[in-house]
Amino acid sequence: MSVKHGLLALLVEGPRYGYELKSGFEARTGATWPLNVGQVYSALARLERDQLVAKDGSDDEGHELYRITPRGLREVQDWWEAAVEREAPVRDELAIKLALAVGTPGVDARDVVQRQRTATLRALQAHTRRKASLVAGDTAAALVLDALVFAAEAEVRWLDHCEARLVRSRNGVSR
Amino acid sequence: MSLPLALPVLELRAAARVHGAGATAVEALRGVDLQVAAGELVAVMGPSGSGKSTLLTLAGGLDTATSGEVLVEGVPLSGLDRAGLAQLRRRSVGYVFQELNLLPALTAAENVALPLELDGVRARDARLRALRALDELELSSLADRFPDDLSGGEQQRVAIARALVGERRLVLADEPTGALDSITGESVLALLRQRVDAGAAVVLVTHEARHAGWADRVVFLRDGRVVDEARAEVLA
Repeated sequence: MSVKHGLLALLVEGPRYGYELKSGFEARTGATWPLNVGQVYSALARLERDQLVAKDGSDDEGHELYRITPRGLREVQDWWEAAVEREAPVRDELAIKLALAVGTPGVDARDVVQRQRTATLRALQAHTRRKASLVAGDTAAALVLDALVFAAEAEVRWLDHCEARLVRSRNGVSR
Repeated sequence: MSLPLALPVLELRAAARVHGAGATAVEALRGVDLQVAAGELVAVMGPSGSGKSTLLTLAGGLDTATSGEVLVEGVPLSGLDRAGLAQLRRRSVGYVFQELNLLPALTAAENVALPLELDGVRARDARLRALRALDELELSSLADRFPDDLSGGEQQRVAIARALVGERRLVLADEPTGALDSITGESVLALLRQRVDAGAAVVLVTHEARHAGWADRVVFLRDGRVVDEARAEVLA
């Protein structure tokens, strides 16, 4: 997850200090990916090193403010315009686990599928409940929760598909 | 969460259904135990042919268990004759299917009033109760419209009002969002959830995990048996 671009996008709206960025990021994304303030400051240090942000004095309460630089603005603009990279597959623990389960003596891959499906559905139930409890009009949070719901649904469908494939291969049908 | 002493609205005890006999017999459901309490939404998932629809038809008294027992509000269905079953279906059980839920020649209010009228409630009373049911679901504005003038989502919402009109507390829903787009489908599920939170018991057959996400419990069927169950964490 690009904390860097998330912070830059928030700084477009005006100078902010670290804790303000942390709470702004969480509020805007439905508190789905909590940040600790240490992560925010180390990201800010890297952004400053790369001249994407600069220190901008401090507010009345002494908080050190950061502002976005022209270079930072161009970086955010490029981020909005580019698609998120999807081609290089991230290492997926579940896919690796299932692949290894097939053919490992003493491990029933169908049981692995079933246990995962139950766990993923439980997560899906939790996302759905959070979504149902959102106040009307909180579109940003609903979008983020939708992303989690659809990802979990896709995983369940993939697991259904794995199960069907495992049954077929057990019955001696290839492909 | 239901209290242990509360009577389940629906209970299956080792319910089994065999179609045919001898070598060609097909065991559609093999000894399923299931309890659904008031205020509970249970989703049933499983591959095609796993017994989901059979479970729903047994629960609604549309078909009879070969062995085991099905109880609705504590009444064993095996003890009811045909007239008794028909009365139970009218008074205790509401259905929502994927499509063909409403009679096209009747308005939304008339569709909702129909089960009451069939049960002997006078037309005026039935209409008043239908209007109240529509009002509870914030559908009053649709009362005098015909199904053809309603969107798919509106039709399903009216079907939910009809499923819950009168004293009925058990709704059996079979892929109720099948023909709807994702946002409209979600609003139908949200409405079902709202009725559950108000005390209804719902069994939802679905192949979409996203919809099962609205349930308190998800029961998986495979080859006519319950193979697993996912229970939502109780939120503090």
